[in-house]
Parts: sequence; structure tokens; C-alpha cells
Amino acid sequence: MGLFDRLKKGLQRTKELLQTDIRDLFKSGELLTEEKLEQFYSKLILTDMGVPAAREIVDEVREKHFGRTVVIDEIWATVKARLKILLKGSENTLWDVENFLSPLAMAPTGPTVILVAGVNGVGKTTSIAKLANLLHKAGRKVVLAAGDTFRAAAVEQLTMWSKRIGCDIVTKPSGSDPAAVAYAGCARALETGADVVVIDTAGRLQTQQNLMKQLEKIRRVIGDKIPGAPHEVLLVLDATTGQNGVSQAQKFSESVACTGLVLAKLDGTAKGGVVVAIRQQMNLPVKYVGLGEQIDDMEVFNPDNFVEALFAG
Amino acid sequence: MFESITKGLEGALSFLRGQTKLTEKNIREALQAVRQSLLEADVNYDVAQSFCDRVARVAVGTEVLDSLKPFEQFVGVVHRELIQLMGPVDHTLNLAKGQVGVIMMCGLQGSGKTTTCGKLAKMLQGEGWRPLLVAADLQRPAAIDQLRIIGEQLGVPVYTEPPTSNPVKVCQNGVALARKQGDVDVVILDTAGRLHIDDELMQELKQIDRTVEPDQVLLVCDAMTGQDAVNSAKVFNAALELNGVVLTKLDGDARGGAALSVKSVTGVPIKYIGVGEQLDKLEMFHPDRMASRILGMGDVLTLFEKAQQHFDAEQMAAQQEKLRKGKFTLTDFRNQMQQVKKLGSFSSIMKMIPGMGRISEMMNDADMDPEQDLGKIEAIISSMTEAERENPEIIDISRRRRIAAGSGTEPSMINKLLKEFTNAQKMMQNMAGQSHLDRLRSLQQMASMGAFDPGAEVSFGKNRSARAEIDKEKKKRQRKDAKKQRKKNRR
Ligand SMILES: Nc1nc2c(ncn2[C@@H]2O[C@H](COP(=O)(O)OP(=O)(O)OP(=O)(O)O)[C@@H](O)[C@H]2O)c(=O)[nH]1
Ligand SMILES: Nc1nc2c(ncn2[C@@H]2O[C@H](COP(=O)(O)OP(=O)(O)OP(=O)(O)O)[C@@H](O)[C@H]2O)c(=O)[nH]1
Ligand SMILES: [Mg+2]
Ligand SMILES: [Mg+2]
Repeated sequence: MGLFDRLKKGLQRTKELLQTDIRDLFKSGELLTEEKLEQFYSKLILTDMGVPAAREIVDEVREKHFGRTVVIDEIWATVKARLKILLKGSENTLWDVENFLSPLAMAPTGPTVILVAGVNGVGKTTSIAKLANLLHKAGRKVVLAAGDTFRAAAVEQLTMWSKRIGCDIVTKPSGSDPAAVAYAGCARALETGADVVVIDTAGRLQTQQNLMKQLEKIRRVIGDKIPGAPHEVLLVLDATTGQNGVSQAQKFSESVACTGLVLAKLDGTAKGGVVVAIRQQMNLPVKYVGLGEQIDDMEVFNPDNFVEALFAG
Repeated sequence: MFESITKGLEGALSFLRGQTKLTEKNIREALQAVRQSLLEADVNYDVAQSFCDRVARVAVGTEVLDSLKPFEQFVGVVHRELIQLMGPVDHTLNLAKGQVGVIMMCGLQGSGKTTTCGKLAKMLQGEGWRPLLVAADLQRPAAIDQLRIIGEQLGVPVYTEPPTSNPVKVCQNGVALARKQGDVDVVILDTAGRLHIDDELMQELKQIDRTVEPDQVLLVCDAMTGQDAVNSAKVFNAALELNGVVLTKLDGDARGGAALSVKSVTGVPIKYIGVGEQLDKLEMFHPDRMASRILGMGDVLTLFEKAQQHFDAEQMAAQQEKLRKGKFTLTDFRNQMQQVKKLGSFSSIMKMIPGMGRISEMMNDADMDPEQDLGKIEAIISSMTEAERENPEIIDISRRRRIAAGSGTEPSMINKLLKEFTNAQKMMQNMAGQSHLDRLRSLQQMASMGAFDPGAEVSFGKNRSARAEIDKEKKKRQRKDAKKQRKKNRR
């Protein structure tokens, strides 16, 4: 699907939405009651944005519109504005959705290093393949580092992707020190003059101290090899994740200072609202979204589309 | 996160504290706190709502028991209802000896299907079954390799076909082979992850289901799933008539509200839980433990249960009496330590108490070894004479030296222990008159005040000067042990 088609689809979705969900709830001409606000609260909770963010939005709607006759467009404007403030955070970040590379901080000189982390099974390896593919197609020379030396066939999985993309990959046997793989990836990039190194890591739960330490070591080793690296530390989050996502963002950031999120699996029915809570509590922005298992199923995060989609269907 | 939930329930508690009985009004307010804590635990909104309605009905009708405080009574109702909703347990796989059973796994992408196939194979192997794994995920890169490696690790055969084959055929052929060969009596089908809204792939699952007619269809569900858990579970259940759910990744700090959501919208029992990546990390599901977890109560009940099993009731009663009278001696202290030790390692006990898991983590971080410190305390007390234990005031410098020599410690440690003991004595006196829940609460309070700061109290961690050497040695050894462990874990 081309970009134009996607945009069209996005707009279509918005229209449908305004005709259905929110319109059903806030019927123009009716009075805005506590009961309606509670129903609205339930819709917010169902997006996984969490209690504090949902309360904040409901409170604002109550403050501005309670007891008055509903004007749907006004209420919707209030909700959207609040959500966008929540999502854009303090620096008011907004990427250029048409420039795939715009969310990435690139190294001024030498290779850019992107470290990718997250809990088990969220979509790290697949997201790396998608990102590498975008970079590769944009004419950047990419090296992948298969830093998951633990999970069965993780190295094979990334190797298969590298072949499909046609990019370089550095691997070590299963059971090797992942930091050594990351280091070797950086070394290879320096040798071959590659533009970007993307490092895969094994899935780990944020409560596993020893594995979080291992991740810190990976980060340290990268910086030793290439000063200033890693330039991006992307935390991959599964869109179906509930409130545990906040704990994930907190603990991974404490350990390796994440610079942004990749929200994978947004093609299902889950809304991924926990990123609102994460943005609200720790100001970590979403940079990309994953929309399928195939290599092209990734887009730059677009807050407008995301907010529309939160209430769709 | 744990903390915020406990706070939620604390809110309900402080409000109920002044009340003498449960009324419709105070229950309604308390339920508000429960609902919030359920939502924070990722219980689906509608499920949380109907659950609270249900609790309201039960609680209002509950007779007020004189002996119980309203809070305890209320939490009791909530807890019981949660257990009831998540039960009854059913850990069986209904496999019949003498014929080839078939278990089929399904679920969303990345939920843990392939790993759980391996875990089930290992579990069944341990029970004397001879499993065969079938690699029916032809979609994800290296999925076949993944299952093959898991099979190798377990010494379990894996049936594979090239990725160009078709998943329905792979399952059919795998099962047929098992029936023919006779050295396999249970087949486990690993299917590709799929979205419940992917009609084509859901159709494919149904086709596998119709063709091989598995004895068990299990949905593998990630414990970290939020509000959406009900949507996918409903659709998978409608398509396949699930026999059970396996809830994975419960080894982290997810509260696991999905357990309640999935069970209440599908009625399908949760059979097992996954508590780690390694293949032996599969456990039976226990609704009572899950209920405590969802409520943020830790595993308090398990702890009580264990305590009741292991504590010598008479001895406990005698010690309580002594405590009340302020006659708690070092001998009693040692006895209590020995009782507590029967419950398990220090860190495993801490983990069962809400909010305390962090403390045992902190101890690990600080390279603390509470087990060893407790061992030293025991050694010190054992090196004392009976008179010294009953009357620690008589311990002078020369006695201190003797005790230190006898226990392999430093005289300064004896001093420190005696000081801690006096503190502990006071603390225990305070706690003697409290109920179980109150006592837990004081424990938590103490924890937040730093009483359990690994360096500050009972342990000897802060006594740097005397321990510098020991510390170094110990750290070195710990590092070595940790390394061995890592090797063992192949990390
Ligand atoms: N529908 C959908 N599936 C996805 C998406 N991204 C990844 N997946 C699937 O999710 C599953 C797990 O993806 P991986 O990339 O292996 O996840 P991971 O985080 O590397 O997993 P571990 O390394 O085991 O921790 C695979 O089946 C992927 O195909 C997405 O955006 N949408
Ligand atoms: N911590 C933890 N990790 C688990 C558990 N079960 C599975 N995992 C990890 O979760 C990730 C995904 O597991 P898989 O078994 O590959 O999941 P899957 O459902 O087969 O994935 P797809 O086939 O891609 O849909 C891997 O990194 C596993 O090691 C568990 O109980 N605890
Ligand atoms: Mg991976
Ligand atoms: Mg799999």
C-alpha cells in the first residue's frame, strides 16, 4: 500500500469514527451527565492508557462541558487537544511522517548505532528487520548485530532477515557474550565504512537484574568502541501490553537510557494506549509503529492518526 | 506499581477502619478503590465492573462477624470472589494411555507458544510420556529451527517439513507418523502466531482442528496483556473451543489481570503458567495466588498457609506469651529464626510479601547475602551460654571475645547483634497485640522506613572496616558462582 492510500485509509477511519463511537455516546443536543462521562471513561480505559491519563481527560471534559448541551465537535476537540498534549510531551516532538529517517538521531560522523531492547516476544527482531530495510532502501549501508545469543534460533531468525534485505550481519555462536557481538558489529561498521549498526538483544523482563546489567554492559561496550554511541536506544513495546508497559519503560530507561519507543503489533485490535501513560510519566516518545509481520509493515509514528485510531472500532 | 495498588486498597481500608460494620454505603466506596486497583492490574473494564457489582451483592448480604474487622471481612469477600471467578482449577490434559494424544497450541504473535510446547513436552516427558513436537509455523523466519533446537535440548523428536509445505498438512502428517511408529504417545503442535482478526489464518487453524481433532487446544496468552486480552481470547475460543489457557511471562512484575479477564469472558480454565524462558519454568495455575497478585497482596496467603504448616503452634503460643510479657530472650530469637527458616530462603519469603520483593532485589544488588548473615547470627547465639542468652547484659569484653572466637566472627559483630536484638525486642512487643494483617502492615511500614535496609539493621553489611577483607572474598566467590550459574543457563 502506498503512502497516499494509507493516508486515505486513515482519513476514512476518522470519518467512520466520528459517525459511530463518540457520536453514539455524546449525542448532540443532549445534556452531558456523569453517566455519560463514566461511559467515556470506560472507552479511555479500554485503550490501555491507564487510570491517571483517563482521569485527566475526563476531568477536562467535565470541567469544560459538564451540564451543558453536547456539541460533539467541541468535546472531540477538547479530547484530541488534551491527548495530543499528552503525546507530544514537553518538547512538542512531531516527526516528518513522510521522512522515515526523521525520528532517528544520526551520528555527525562515522557510523550511527541503534540499540534495540525490550521484553520477550514484543517484536524486537522483526522491527529491526523493518528498520534496516528502510535504511537500506534509503541508500544507507547497514550492519546488523545478532546480539540475542540466548533464545533458540534467534541468530538464524535475524540472519534470514538480513539475507532478505541484502545487508551485512555479524553473528557469534549461540551462548556467546552478547556484548562481544555488539562490539564486533561496531568494529565491522568502522572497517567497512557502514552508516548504521542495528543491534538486536535477547528479550528480557525488566525485573531480571542480571539481564538488565548485561544490557548495560552492551551499551557500555558500544560506547567504548564508538564514542557517542549508541545514538538511539529503541525500546520495543507490544501494542497489546497493558499497564506493565509503564514499568518496562521505566526500568529499561533506568538501565540503558531509552531514546524512543517502537510500538509493534498495532495491526490488531489493541490500541496501544499505554504509550500515553509512558509519555505522560516519563516523556518517552513513540518513534515508529509496527503494522504487520512483513518487512514493509512499519510507519513513522503519527500522533494525529494514533489519536483517531484510539477511538475507532 | 505494587505500591500504588496497595495504596488503592489502603484507601479502602483507612476508610473502613473507623466503621463497625459493612454497610451498603461504605462498601460502595471501598469498591471504588477495588475497581481502580483491578483496572491498574489490567483487568478488562467490563469484567472489573461486573466483578464489583457481584462483590457488592455478596458483601452487603454478608453477616457481620464480631471477630473480624470490616476491612478484613471485605478483603476476604473480594479475594474469595476473585478465586471463585478464576477457578475451578483443572490441570489435566485428558490424555489416555494406549493411544496417541494430540495437543494444539495457538495464540497471538510472540505470546510464547513455541517455548510452551517445549515446556509441556518436558513436563510430559517427566510423567513418562513420549512426546513428538510438530513444527507447524511455516511463517515466521527460523520458527522451525527454534522448535528443532528446543527438541534437541530435551531429547524429544521434532517433525518438520520445508517452509514451502502447508501447516494443515504438516500437522496431519506429524500425527499420522506418530500413530504409525508407535514410539510416540503425545503430539504437540506448534502453530504460527496470528491475529484473531486475520480471517484467513483463523480459518487455517480451524482446518487443523477439524483435520487432526486434537484432544486439547490450548491458548497461550501473555500475562502482560492489557484490555485487549478479552477480544482475542473470545475469538480464539469461538473458533476452536479451547480446553485451556497457558498464561506466560508471569515471572516479571505484571499483575496479570488478563487471567481474570480471559477466564470470565470465555469460561476456559487457566491450566498452567509460564514463569521463565527455560523449559522447566512451567507451573500449575493456582487461582488463590493469582487473586492475591491481582489485588497486589503478594502471596500473603501462601505465606500464612506455609507458616501454619511449619510453625510449631505450641511453641509459637509460648513465645507470643513471652513477647507480651517482655520476656523475649536470645534463645527465643534463635528459635524463631529457625522456624522462619523452615519457610524457605529469606529472599523467597520476602517476595511473598507485597512491596518486599524490591527489598530482596536491593539485597542482591548490594551483593548482600541475608542467608549467610542469618547463619552468622545463629552461630553467634549458639556460641553463647544459656545464661548469656537469657541475660545478654552479662556479656562483657572477655565473653564477647570468646563468643566471637566460637562463632568465627568479630567481637564488634556481637555488639551489633545485641543492639539489634534490643531493637527487635521492642518492635516485636509492639507487634504482639496485632492481627495478621496489621502485622503485615507494620512490616511494610518498617520496610519503607528502612528497617530492612540491608546495610542498616540485622545484617552486618555496614560494618565496613572489619569486613573489608571478607567482603572482597565474598564478592569474588559470588561472582564466580554467578558465572557458573550463567553458564548453566547458557547465557
Ligand atoms: N501482527 C504483527 N506481528 C508482529 C509485528 N512485529 C512482530 N510481529 C510478530 O511477533 C512475533 C515476535 O516477533 P520477534 O521479532 O521475534 O520478537 P522479539 O521481541 O525479537 O522476540 P524475542 O527475541 O523472543 O524476545 C513474530 O511472530 C513476529 O512475526 C507487528 O507489527 N504486527
Ligand atoms: N520471561 C519469560 N519469557 C518467556 C516465557 N515464555 C516464553 N518466553 C519468551 O517469549 C519470547 C517469545 O516466545 P516464543 O515461544 O517464541 O513465542 P511464540 O508465541 O512461539 O511466538 P511466534 O511463533 O512468533 O508467534 C521468547 O523470548 C521466549 O523465550 C515465560 O514464561 N517467561
Ligand atoms: Mg528477537
Ligand atoms: Mg512460535
